[in-house]
Amino acid sequence: MKPKLLQVKDLHVHFKTYAGIVQAVRGVSFELYEGETLAIVGESGSGKSVTSNALMKLIPQPPGIYAGGEILFNGRDIIPLSDKEMAKIRGNDIAMIFQDPMTSLNPTMKIGKQITEVILQHKAASRSDAKERAMELLNLVGIPFPEKRYKQYPHELSGGMRQRIVIAIALAANPKLLIADEPTTALDVTIQAQILELMKDIQKRSNTSIIFITHDLGVVANVADRVAVMYAGQIVEYGTVNEIFYNPKHPYTWGLLGSMPDLSNSSDELLRTIPGSPPNLIHPPVGDAFAPRNEFAMAIDYEAEPPMFQVSPTHFAKTWLLHPDAPKIDVPQVVQQRIDRYVKEGEA
Amino acid sequence: MLQYIVKRLVYILLALFLIITATFFLMRLAPGSPFASERDFPPQIEEQLNAKYGLDNPWYIQYKDYLIDSVTFDFGESMKYKGRSTNDIIAESFPISLTLGMQAMLIAIGFGILLGVISALYHNKAPDYVSTIIAVLGISVPSFILAGLLQYYLAYEFKIFPVSGWKGYVYSILPSLAIAFTHMGFISKLTRSSMLEQNNSEYVKMARAKGLSKWKVVFKHSLRNALLPVVTYLGPLAAGVITGSFIIEQIFAIPGLGRHFVTSITNRDYTVIMGTTVFYSIILLFAVFIVDILYSIIDPRIKLKGAKKS
Repeated sequence: MKPKLLQVKDLHVHFKTYAGIVQAVRGVSFELYEGETLAIVGESGSGKSVTSNALMKLIPQPPGIYAGGEILFNGRDIIPLSDKEMAKIRGNDIAMIFQDPMTSLNPTMKIGKQITEVILQHKAASRSDAKERAMELLNLVGIPFPEKRYKQYPHELSGGMRQRIVIAIALAANPKLLIADEPTTALDVTIQAQILELMKDIQKRSNTSIIFITHDLGVVANVADRVAVMYAGQIVEYGTVNEIFYNPKHPYTWGLLGSMPDLSNSSDELLRTIPGSPPNLIHPPVGDAFAPRNEFAMAIDYEAEPPMFQVSPTHFAKTWLLHPDAPKIDVPQVVQQRIDRYVKEGEA
Repeated sequence: MLQYIVKRLVYILLALFLIITATFFLMRLAPGSPFASERDFPPQIEEQLNAKYGLDNPWYIQYKDYLIDSVTFDFGESMKYKGRSTNDIIAESFPISLTLGMQAMLIAIGFGILLGVISALYHNKAPDYVSTIIAVLGISVPSFILAGLLQYYLAYEFKIFPVSGWKGYVYSILPSLAIAFTHMGFISKLTRSSMLEQNNSEYVKMARAKGLSKWKVVFKHSLRNALLPVVTYLGPLAAGVITGSFIIEQIFAIPGLGRHFVTSITNRDYTVIMGTTVFYSIILLFAVFIVDILYSIIDPRIKLKGAKKS
């Protein structure tokens, strides 16, 4: 087994608002090994971004509160660390790629300076060393004419280019963990594919661990080793990418797989959706948070929160359907058809 | 860039022409004459005076004369203070107003930005409340009241500064403060809100994610972007400080240009009115021009029209 880089234990993150306390993350636990990619998927508001920001302690306090749990990075809990100590980890050991490259670069600072800034902050490097390293990075992320781009401002570059720059900045100090918060959402499909290739390539070279936050299951299948499905601030299913795609156990995962747009659908078929909307996390529901939207919900789903049932040594799901006494429910037909096709495509 | 500057200079000349024209006709429309306030003249003397200053000519000749005066920047002798040319009056009193104005602007900009940044960094905490109170006080207390208070406490009661007059550097401190306070309040509010806006933006979060400290993020990233609205305010600020200093100059008995600017109008001192107006206009037009150029230096996204494409 590869060494463990990150372990999150029962993380709770709350936000104080005028309406009440929003329990954005309610007991998230997962681990990450060196050189592996974990994808966190879920719809908007499921707590994926809060979780990823919490890992870097980028949640503003107030209104944010770390209400419980531990984040062990290399065995050390980073939650009690001061801002000063945290600054040594940010950008150096853990780096982040943000969602929107159009807004995540400083519009009034030259590209080169935005990259060298990280190197000068964390490494004992001279200005010329830093510049050399920045050039290397620009080459690595596939920016043509790095010498020219180095002196340009962000507005002179396209969206895809800017995201490459953001990746270059994230990689500048050779981080052990890269958190990518929907890095391809704001880009068009061809550029998405290029950026994903680039990230996979970088991971192969430098053995960086990646946490990939996304709501795009297509991207997940492409990049991830393991997948965590989040709903209402909790992880509801957790397993290797094959287990999640070929053998999903949670009705929410079924819903997500079923609602993926699919080119093989006939044109008069409507896109499938999961009915309803996520619960209000100021007053999280009793029992299973997904129950009101779940066509397979049972009486117990409204009364008690299901525990994590183990499906295989690496596969867990939080649904009463896995209880030995639960009625046997088959994966919905549409989803099963898709799974069969994935399996076939996987074998081919 | 050069093309842009030339274009702007042409506009400035055009604006000046319009200002001169408007001033000339407004001046003529106002009833009274430069000599009306004196004791009654025999009509012959008034005719002679009018002839001496060219006031007996038809309006278009006078208008032409004024245009020529303005272009050559020679406005002639004051009609009120015999033997003193308008240019002398400006040369004598403007350096005083300039010192005062510059000092006030430096205080307003420096402390305004500082207060604004502190406010934004400690958003909704004690330092924010303190600096917001200072800013609101600054905006709401008129400069003449502040001037009176400063004179009473700092000059009269505690005798730290002289009460009034203009005999050296210490004399400039109280009036500068009195002028600066209001503008400082404005700048502080502007900086605060625009810093808060910047702090919510992604690139500031990214700068934090790079591992930069709080203050490094402010000085290297957010402040420069937050200053754009403040720079916009600098044009009107220059106008306010230079022309608005009239009251303060009165209260502190400072022989600055502001006093001449206002008294020349009540005196119907045509030459001085024209001279000071043209002079102020030039300064303000250039202040706005410089602000526009500053913009493009601070924000590279702003390309001045006519600038070369890179």
